[in-house]
Amino acid sequence: MTSTRIGASPRRVGGHERVTGEQEYVADIRLPDMLHAKLVTIDCAHARIVSIDTSAAERSPGVRLVMTAADLPQPVPRFGPQFQDRPVLATGEVKYHGEPVAIVAAETKEQAELAARLVRVEYEALPAIFTVAGALDPAAELVQDPGLRPDDPLARTNVFREHVIAWGDLDAAEAGLAAEAGLVIENTYTFPMVTHFAIEPHGFLAAPDGDGVAVWSSIQHPNWLQKIVAGILGMPLSRVRVFAPDPGGAFGGKQHTKYEPLVACAALRARRPVRLILTLEETFQAARRASCEIRVRTGVRRDGTLAFEDIEANYLIGAYVDIADRVVSKGSYPGAGPYNVPTVRIIGRSVLSHTVPSTAFRGFGNPQVNWAVESNLDEAARALGIDRLAIRLHNLARRGDAFIPFDTPADGDWKQTVERAAAAIGWNSPLPPGHGRGIALGLKSGPTTGLSYSTVRLLADGSAILYAGTSDMGQGARTIFAQIVSQELGAPLDWVAVVMGDTATVPYDQQTSASRSSVLMGNSVLMACRSIQAQLRTMAARLHEVPEELISVDRGIVHLPNREVPILEILKPGLGRLGGELTGNGESRKEGDMSHPLSGAAAFFEFNCTAIEAEVDEDTGDVTIVRHVTVSDVGKALNPLQVKMQDEGAAIQGLGHTLMEHYIFDATGRIRNLGAIDYRIPTSMDLPLELHSDIVENGDGPGPFGSKGMSEGSLLCVSAAVASAVREASGAVIRDLPLSPERVWRAIQERDTAK
Amino acid sequence: MSETLSIEITVNGRPYQLDVPASRTLLDLLRDDLALTGAKECCVVGECGACSVLVNGMAINSCLMLAVEADGAEITTVEGLANGGQLDPLQGAFLDKGAVQCGFCTPGQLIAAHALLASNPHPTIAEIQEGLAGNLCRCGCYFQITDAVVAVAEGESR
Repeated sequence: MTSTRIGASPRRVGGHERVTGEQEYVADIRLPDMLHAKLVTIDCAHARIVSIDTSAAERSPGVRLVMTAADLPQPVPRFGPQFQDRPVLATGEVKYHGEPVAIVAAETKEQAELAARLVRVEYEALPAIFTVAGALDPAAELVQDPGLRPDDPLARTNVFREHVIAWGDLDAAEAGLAAEAGLVIENTYTFPMVTHFAIEPHGFLAAPDGDGVAVWSSIQHPNWLQKIVAGILGMPLSRVRVFAPDPGGAFGGKQHTKYEPLVACAALRARRPVRLILTLEETFQAARRASCEIRVRTGVRRDGTLAFEDIEANYLIGAYVDIADRVVSKGSYPGAGPYNVPTVRIIGRSVLSHTVPSTAFRGFGNPQVNWAVESNLDEAARALGIDRLAIRLHNLARRGDAFIPFDTPADGDWKQTVERAAAAIGWNSPLPPGHGRGIALGLKSGPTTGLSYSTVRLLADGSAILYAGTSDMGQGARTIFAQIVSQELGAPLDWVAVVMGDTATVPYDQQTSASRSSVLMGNSVLMACRSIQAQLRTMAARLHEVPEELISVDRGIVHLPNREVPILEILKPGLGRLGGELTGNGESRKEGDMSHPLSGAAAFFEFNCTAIEAEVDEDTGDVTIVRHVTVSDVGKALNPLQVKMQDEGAAIQGLGHTLMEHYIFDATGRIRNLGAIDYRIPTSMDLPLELHSDIVENGDGPGPFGSKGMSEGSLLCVSAAVASAVREASGAVIRDLPLSPERVWRAIQERDTAK
Repeated sequence: MSETLSIEITVNGRPYQLDVPASRTLLDLLRDDLALTGAKECCVVGECGACSVLVNGMAINSCLMLAVEADGAEITTVEGLANGGQLDPLQGAFLDKGAVQCGFCTPGQLIAAHALLASNPHPTIAEIQEGLAGNLCRCGCYFQITDAVVAVAEGESR
């Protein structure tokens, strides 16, 4: 029998449902008397709404509701996780391509789709801002109404916020470097606008629920959604019940509230359940990653020692802030990388534009800056004639180094990770013609605050029920938590039920993001189990008349001074004739620190080294990844197979934005490649010929059994490693992603022209 | 609304006689009328494979097939793979090899893998990758999915 405990890889909890079709995703839920909704949009990136005529739609067969901003409380409620700027429906103005101006609900999906086309929107098209340069032009129109942030000196610009991280004296560092004839390497890099493309498009349902409302959403943060819906509807939290079925992929795109308030308003107005399932095209217009332009000046001494990093990153966020500004601050913050750099200045700007609101996406703003800074480090190595691996090892922070002076010191043996990756790629071995190698390091600050409650009930027969508000979106949180309960309380894995995704029954969890759940919720679950163990010790002491301090409970076994008994032999007599159960509560809290630039130091760092061998077809510009090595410092793999799946999955996702993915805009700011035909993500035909995923386990993480979060690491630095390999293979110098065949081919032509 | 036609189909061994609008896709028929929600809807243009079902043994994108075109056909959805609660070898192998993360593409992957093994019981890795190229997995389980198909193909050859 496969072990189910910590460090083993039992079958996924919830796996049976997923291979049989029983797993219920939001779109699989049917409520009695349910209406089907369709959004009304205009094919324009920026427009003033002149009028909306709903009369034809209202007369259309089966239509029960047509709602525009005029039907909402005035002023139209606005919301957002960070800044309350997004209206429930567009009011007065459409600020991005795909922003809904109305919603139609009808008896059938077809009737709703038909009627949505009958809503007449008269509008005046306005020029749209959809580039960084356009947004920062002093003459640019303001995307956001400055009245929304009256006391903000930046309100009269399209910069939402500017985040500056700095240590050391940059002027002095520049002067010192010049005096010793060091090098300053300066380049500008761009990162494309990409989308999550979870195979499950976003879906929402809402229904009147007594004097409250129930909302179903494939949301990563059900408690945060509950708070926002309650705020908009003016209800207490207890009247808003959020059901969050496991998402069919999320990757950050389902962290924050999108159309749930709209659907809730529609359901309350129609007094019937309303269901809105987005198309994939609509999902592209609901969530995406921020594109970014990054200027990097790397100061390096002749021996390869980093003297300074001077980084300016302009992230193009959308028309509404969503969580994008946090993405910018947290993503740019560790921009200088896992190195000891004595002087650093990082400016990260959130630049508003008439585009889809950008949001969290695996890596949370880090892949953008990492792409630039790691690539620039390669440029420095080349200029100095130093090996690209050697320059990294030379500057790499060692355990305990305060490499970011005001943050958690380096919390891993990162050199071990780098050396393992270098060995796996055969860094110094000869290469066939047309092949090249690249290596890059990725670093991300883990959660900076956190709060996760959990409850475990140990039932009279020794089975257990765990209540944990994490979202199992594919990372396998149910399995990890069930393994912890199994290990601590001795119940077989299939005797542990894991209840998630219902705010009326499951205790509060702050969020499922930043690769936090195994660590923060994991610790909470561990604490709940240990509370039950303490109760069992008390029981055992009473039953066996032994002092409690001589009893210990471990892995489902109660250790008495003279013998060991399974938990059940204490539990059954301990509970007595009436039966009952033992209940344990867990709380895992990471307090913030408002004096810290990120309002809290890192709970841990995610650290990854990726090494690539690539082959370039000079005739077509096509890049083949011959070998892709990813090594992550995970502390302890609680479930090694799941770790490998997350690591490989993040690596492949990273290849998407590296090689093929990007939104394409027309001259007016409309997205031209909505949907699966014109926006390509990696398929089984786009994989590395060989993908080697490895881990370093030193048990040095803050999570259960020494674990760290790890679900984003291998995505952080893929781009720089691939571009470095492409350059070595072909001589093509490319500073703009993706490295599409056309771009690589053109760079090869430029190389030949330059000769 | 469009004209309604009468069709007879067999789904997972169970015969149905249905009156369906001519415009209804097979996917909508399965999900909305027969409550078989295993096949998933994503791209609706035949690119992602989440809606794959077997029609007379062939894996097709049910979002691109009209229900009336399936008149007389034998259809198998993911719900029809397990035999009396017993997982079939591919389902088991998907779980053992870690080929399932969020699970949303899994029904389609399983159907495509079935069709592949039916026509090619001992595929090479390249043939598996090509055979499943029409089924997107954003969690990126592609190597594990291939491992699972190989495991079943090898198991059957013993």
